[in-house]
Amino acid sequence: MFGLALLLVAVLWELYKWVGPEDGGTVFGLAILPRTSDYAMPHVWDMLARYAQPERRGFPTPIISTVASGAWFSLRLALAGFAMGTLVGLGLAIVMARFKVIERGLLPYLVVSQTVPLIALAPLVVSWGGKLHLGAFEWPRWLSAAVLGAFLAFFPVAVGTLKGLTSAPPAALELMDSYAASWRQTLFKLRFPAAVPYLVPALRLGATASVVGVVVAEISTGLAGGIGRLIIEYAREATADPAKVYTAVFGAAALGLLMAGMVATADLMLMRNRPREIVE
Amino acid sequence: MSAAVEVRDVSKVFNAGRPNAVQALVDMDLTIEPGEFVSLIGPSGCGKSTALRLIANLLEPTSGQVLMNGKPARKARLDQDYGMAFQQAGLFDWRTVAKNVELPLELKGWDKAKRRTRALEMLDLVKLGDFADHFPWQLSGGMQQRVAIGRALAAHPPLLLMDEPFGALDEMTREHMQAELLRICGETSTTVVFVTHSIPEAVYLSTRVIVMSPRPGRITDVIDVDLGPRRGLETREAVAFFKKITEVREALRGIETSDIA
Repeated sequence: MFGLALLLVAVLWELYKWVGPEDGGTVFGLAILPRTSDYAMPHVWDMLARYAQPERRGFPTPIISTVASGAWFSLRLALAGFAMGTLVGLGLAIVMARFKVIERGLLPYLVVSQTVPLIALAPLVVSWGGKLHLGAFEWPRWLSAAVLGAFLAFFPVAVGTLKGLTSAPPAALELMDSYAASWRQTLFKLRFPAAVPYLVPALRLGATASVVGVVVAEISTGLAGGIGRLIIEYAREATADPAKVYTAVFGAAALGLLMAGMVATADLMLMRNRPREIVE
Repeated sequence: MSAAVEVRDVSKVFNAGRPNAVQALVDMDLTIEPGEFVSLIGPSGCGKSTALRLIANLLEPTSGQVLMNGKPARKARLDQDYGMAFQQAGLFDWRTVAKNVELPLELKGWDKAKRRTRALEMLDLVKLGDFADHFPWQLSGGMQQRVAIGRALAAHPPLLLMDEPFGALDEMTREHMQAELLRICGETSTTVVFVTHSIPEAVYLSTRVIVMSPRPGRITDVIDVDLGPRRGLETREAVAFFKKITEVREALRGIETSDIA
């Protein structure tokens, strides 16, 4: 199904390139039709063929290995960011589920935090990190990118988990009360298992958000080695080598898919003994 | 020996002191001896579920006192001196049937082997021995409710509190479950407090039926039911059974009809 959808996108791309105006077009005086020249929209097969050619003339390896190693670098950052974001998100959700007052006080700020543009935040995180010295610990540059990934990832995890933790039916909570179960027992025996169906979509959002965070952070902090940096570098060469930037863009997309796929696998394992039902 | 349950002069007001205050229960007095099967019956809003939750200490009374075997209700809850079953079986989807029955034992800190043995014992008691490793959603409603009863009795509490446990079942399953419940409680000599809407159910199960009325919730009648050992259809079709049903129905009629909205 996914392969078919991909093929369909490729066909649509080529179709528009074929019928669309070479130099773009205007509708009612608005320039909204994209240009279809080979510079603006390279052919799908040119993009694919580009993977086999080296990054620069004279380089021994094809660009696919450069993109792959960039993706691998970014994947590790995204995983680190996702892990941090998940831990923070779970922690916040537990605290908010435990104390209604904290939920009321904290949740609006969490929402506001997501409206801060990442590009504005990135240099701040780098400079805070640079000033941070904990004994022998030196803040590595990559950690800033991971932190920014975490910054985007924690939010969906926190909100989804909070909804899940409060989703346990009143009768089940009453039952736990009748057993004189402690809050912790209720958390681990009832609230967490009941939250799993809510947790999975939240984690999927968090996983892809961490990729976005890391890619944007690489670009805005100038961190070399990752897929974000490749995108910005190749984009500068778009006029000379238009297919090149797409090799990196697809690399980033694959990264997001890979992260979401990992969550989907975890979902299958966690939910294998559950009735399949739709969570609204 | 002290009473299994003693409700002394208990009143409950929800949202006390606020404009939306509701007098849920007024001056309730009730003493239940060990081995009794007592039903609370009445129209919605008569406080029967509230009364059950006060006995279970899921609610604190506004005034008065609830004792269980001479112990304050709160202490009885902390000691898990009762088991409880609700209208929804309320089994945990992610646990197998046996693991669901083990839940109260787990919370009490029993070790694994002992828990498993007891859970299997309970499942045999409710005749679901073959379903230990099934998941709740693979079971019918009646079977789920039997698991819930097994769970409620897993720690061998002397008292079982039930809030319309068969309310969601169809009539045939319901009658079967009533017979099963009497058998189980007989075998385990458990005292039961049972909340229901159904007159035949109350009469068939109980040694005593407590009739309650709303606004404010209170006890209006106490009807002793002495039908001897219950024998399924034989009992259900006996004249004495119908007489008791009529008696309870008339007691319920006695409540001003305007009260029953």
